[in-house]
Amino acid sequence: MKQLMLGNAAVARGLYEAGCCVISSYPGTPSTEITEEAVKYPEIYCEWAPNEKVAMESAFGASLAGKRSFCAMKHVGLNVAADPLYTMAYTGVNAGMVIGVADDPGMHSSQNEQDSRHYARAAKVPMLEPSDSAEALEFARLAYELSERFDTPVLLKMCTRIAHSQSVVETSPRTEAETKPYEKNIQKYVMMPGNAIRRHPFVEERTRKLQQWAETAPINRVEPGRNHEIGIITSSTSYQYVKEVFGDTVSVLKLGMTNPLPVKLIGDFARKVEKLVVVEELDPIIENHCKALGLAVSGKDVLPIEGEFSQNLIAAKLGGTIHTGRAIEDTIPPRPPVMCAGCPHRGLFYTLSKNKCTVLGDIGCYTLGAVAPLAAMDMTLCMGASISAVHGFNKARGAESEGKTVAVIGDSTFMHSGMTGLANIAYNQSNSTVIILDNSITGMTGHQQNPTTGYNIKGDPAGRIDLEALCRAMGFNRVRVVDPYDLKACDAAVKEELAASEPSVIISRRPCALLKYVKHNPPLTVDTAKCVGCKSCMKIGCPAISIREGKAHVDATLCVGCGVCEQLCGVKAFG
Amino acid sequence: METKNIMIVGVGGQGSLLASKLLGHLLMEQGYDVKVSEVHGMSQRGGSVVTYVRYGDKVSSPVIDKGEADYIVSFELLEAARWLSYLKPDGQIVTSTQQIDPMPVITGAASYPENLVEKMRSTGAKVDVLDCLALAEEAGSAKAVNIVLMGRLSHYFDLPDEAWQKSLEAMVPPKFLELNKKAFELGKNA
Repeated sequence: MKQLMLGNAAVARGLYEAGCCVISSYPGTPSTEITEEAVKYPEIYCEWAPNEKVAMESAFGASLAGKRSFCAMKHVGLNVAADPLYTMAYTGVNAGMVIGVADDPGMHSSQNEQDSRHYARAAKVPMLEPSDSAEALEFARLAYELSERFDTPVLLKMCTRIAHSQSVVETSPRTEAETKPYEKNIQKYVMMPGNAIRRHPFVEERTRKLQQWAETAPINRVEPGRNHEIGIITSSTSYQYVKEVFGDTVSVLKLGMTNPLPVKLIGDFARKVEKLVVVEELDPIIENHCKALGLAVSGKDVLPIEGEFSQNLIAAKLGGTIHTGRAIEDTIPPRPPVMCAGCPHRGLFYTLSKNKCTVLGDIGCYTLGAVAPLAAMDMTLCMGASISAVHGFNKARGAESEGKTVAVIGDSTFMHSGMTGLANIAYNQSNSTVIILDNSITGMTGHQQNPTTGYNIKGDPAGRIDLEALCRAMGFNRVRVVDPYDLKACDAAVKEELAASEPSVIISRRPCALLKYVKHNPPLTVDTAKCVGCKSCMKIGCPAISIREGKAHVDATLCVGCGVCEQLCGVKAFG
Repeated sequence: METKNIMIVGVGGQGSLLASKLLGHLLMEQGYDVKVSEVHGMSQRGGSVVTYVRYGDKVSSPVIDKGEADYIVSFELLEAARWLSYLKPDGQIVTSTQQIDPMPVITGAASYPENLVEKMRSTGAKVDVLDCLALAEEAGSAKAVNIVLMGRLSHYFDLPDEAWQKSLEAMVPPKFLELNKKAFELGKNA
């Protein structure tokens, strides 16, 4: 049946049809929906792991046990899982194993725009790159065949525009994959030096075989054009922009597998065209391959390394029809994302801002604490870095920083990679203050459960890690919980724990205001007779509050009655 | 048929997802090749959001670029103005009159431009304006703004009403169907 399907849902469908049995993932935009869609198939066991490394290793365990498995992550998640990836390249698999990784050119929702194709090359594993939902489904199925045929994990690379675009797919029924027998094989699976050194030649030989396969694989295809002046080598979403601009006027070599890259196929294609151009987002990986083959090729000399491509960009750089639009003369103010009205992080960040704290931040909704007017963040690097960095900061500066520097990290991020940093504080004893912003959900990626919430991916009751008990067990004597809607309590907690002469943890706890089970209070109103227009309530950057004719105004459609603004009002104008 | 382009623009959380699902279903049913591109994640948190709907014999790019949109459907005036450069020379804007201050306006760092509809029209753009929020409330829920806009958009499509009704029935949960059908009618007949 033909249907419109999100790229990520199409990957999930492909996994289902291929007989995948076990999926372990960590959420990350734009990869999250693969696992959220896969969980709808009862034949597949799905879970959210605490982080990508755990997810990949769990999927590896399932493959070792003889079942087809999968894990999904965003590009930066693959950094976390790089350790198992590089050595799984040596062990190979038992049943097929596929790793979904989603890049984010243009950084719609990420802290960098690294190119995952480097991992495929560096770890020496094959990578497939679909260019629409139909290919996402087809390539997910193909990835299992390749994984088992060549004894390797396979990377399935998505990007924002493929992951989050719906296009037409045709589905097929599931083919159950046979469970592979588990046989003890120390030489293959125990990667100590004596065994690993014998696996390395296997890896190199496998790459040669995969390259042979790539020369004639149907997913690497030449689409001859009406003229041979320009030949374009491309893949993924770039292929779609090229087709949009040039249709069938130019010759295109469309690569569905971007590691390893074919040699003869590219050489033959190059000889048939007058000018060879590589159109690829981010780094010049295909282009450098062409150069290594001694081909005259154009690519990043005309096209940018940074950001996303589009049809107008391709037309402007390679000679096509450029469309232009009109604009009004006024400057259009930007509309950046903001913490939602009633966000429990707001009260805590206001407290940190008021106390002029140095705030080492982390990855999540609360990174928006860096945005004006709160501007209560000094650093955001990667998952878990807040806690490790506050320790280093305090070791470098000692008493000078200990009394005013904090780490802030969400509950899910803490479970992901904050615990090891906390162990370092407990062990190497810096007088650091760590604030866990516990909103009882993984917020930014759209509400996924995590080990602290007590529910699993299906919303069924699951094991729950007790944050207070965990911190105490790690050796923290000072562990306290505050309600971030209570500004007085937040202020006292921050002041006292910063002043304390030993490390401490503050758990700022209140569920995300967008969670369905959270009951909202009636919206507040402003008594304009009382309001003196002092704008004290504007310091918290709540999207529900604005100034109208010199007085505070609350948007009743946004306000959830959290009451944080009310606590800032000196004339009791809110009611 | 040459590819046609519809952009749905607004503020994160306004309900553009249902609107794009409805259009996707409707256009698939007409036998077109369709692509719908959404933005998830960070951008949803009250930020400017855009959804691209493209249909025709064969759609390649999942996104719409400057000067390519046949229609811009907007939940909010400033967002209509922000994406104006994406409109084709003879393109049509359908926008709600709603205004939502972005954070730089709230903090006083910027101001919300005045008379946006007139200014957009003065560039030669065709702008159809209606108070979708009031109509959605009349239908029974402020959340039905998306379907009011779809009702209005249906004016510009040479498709039988039954086709739209069929897609509404397929995409809207049964318990909200009556409300949304009313919202659709109110938008269409406004």
